[in-house]
Amino acid sequence: MSENKLPETIIFRIRRLAPRRAEEPTWGEYPVAYSLGMTVLDGLWQIKERVDSTLAWRASCRMGICGSCGMFINGQPRLGCNTQIAELGTSVVTVAPLPNFPIIRDLVPDLRPMFDHHTALSPYIIRHDTEEMERPTGEFYQSTEEMEQYLQFSYCIKCACCAAACPTCATDSQYSGPMALTQAHRYNTDTRDDGFEDRQEVLNGEAGPWRCHFAGECSRVCPKGVDPGKAIQLMKRQLVADYVGLRKKKPLAQLNVKPKDIERREGIPEAPEPTVTS
Amino acid sequence: MIRDQKLWTWHIAAGILILCLLGLHMAIMHLDALLGLFNPFGGHPIDWQNVAARSQSLFFLASYVLLLGAALFHGLYGLRNILFELDPAAPLKKSISWVLILIGLGLFVVGSWAAWMSFQNTLVA
Repeated sequence: MSENKLPETIIFRIRRLAPRRAEEPTWGEYPVAYSLGMTVLDGLWQIKERVDSTLAWRASCRMGICGSCGMFINGQPRLGCNTQIAELGTSVVTVAPLPNFPIIRDLVPDLRPMFDHHTALSPYIIRHDTEEMERPTGEFYQSTEEMEQYLQFSYCIKCACCAAACPTCATDSQYSGPMALTQAHRYNTDTRDDGFEDRQEVLNGEAGPWRCHFAGECSRVCPKGVDPGKAIQLMKRQLVADYVGLRKKKPLAQLNVKPKDIERREGIPEAPEPTVTS
Repeated sequence: MIRDQKLWTWHIAAGILILCLLGLHMAIMHLDALLGLFNPFGGHPIDWQNVAARSQSLFFLASYVLLLGAALFHGLYGLRNILFELDPAAPLKKSISWVLILIGLGLFVVGSWAAWMSFQNTLVA
């Protein structure tokens, strides 16, 4: 059904569950007045304001940045704010919580299992020059080519759409999942990071990338165009190369020392004093 | 227990080995008209004289044992992965691993013994 053929009223078919009150989910149908440019999230707001105020979901930015409104829309994990009803092209929009997660209520999944895996993989820059990390004196130099190695993986907004689409996550609770593994690879590839060995403790075991079937669903559904399937395959290659002693160690980014003996040109003001001092 | 990084690496290595050895098998069995590889008596590759001649060779004894080992490891590790994806409890995982190791070792011993006996018998014959 094309955009201009959509009826004035769209039916939202929503899976409802309040675990404290009922054990089995039910499906509710709600009519929503359609207008051009309307997103699924707009429809949910309309239902909450005009039809049923008890409907629960998670959302924040409304512009595909925060990753809060991941939902199972018409059989695919998507962001509610990033999915226009016209794009779906159906007069009935089916909305359910993201699969592969426990449900807190209605469309609100419990994402703690995913973030527990994420935390276990230390998704941040690890360096062993503690003094510089605690009291930075400059910036670490990184070339454009080095940045491009991980740039696309850093666009991840942790919306959990990839984990909801992953067939391995559906059954294996030990598997870290596409998001956490992609973030581990993102930092392993970053030349400012020296934490490869630290993350190996988790990556070499059952939680690592070894159970990935390369179904590629994670990459297909990612609303930010990140390719977690690629990150996981690259990570496997990196870990296997490390085991057989063929891993190329990346040169650790060095501090870009501030230039000295340079005179300030006229008219350029001094930098303001730091607002936080150690 | 050996960690998955090592097991997966060996899994891939076994896969490559299987590919090479099965390639050789296919070449011997199905491209005999073109290549005539290891069919010293002519005719069909599975004629008794040809089979016996191959069994007599140390190269084929080694390749049979290698193929058996690689196929058992590759297949049983794959099966273990499938079973582990059903998310069994940790003690059950350990039991599954040990059962598969014992099955693998048992089949490897029987298969290698068969290859060795065939090698020896053809020498005697």
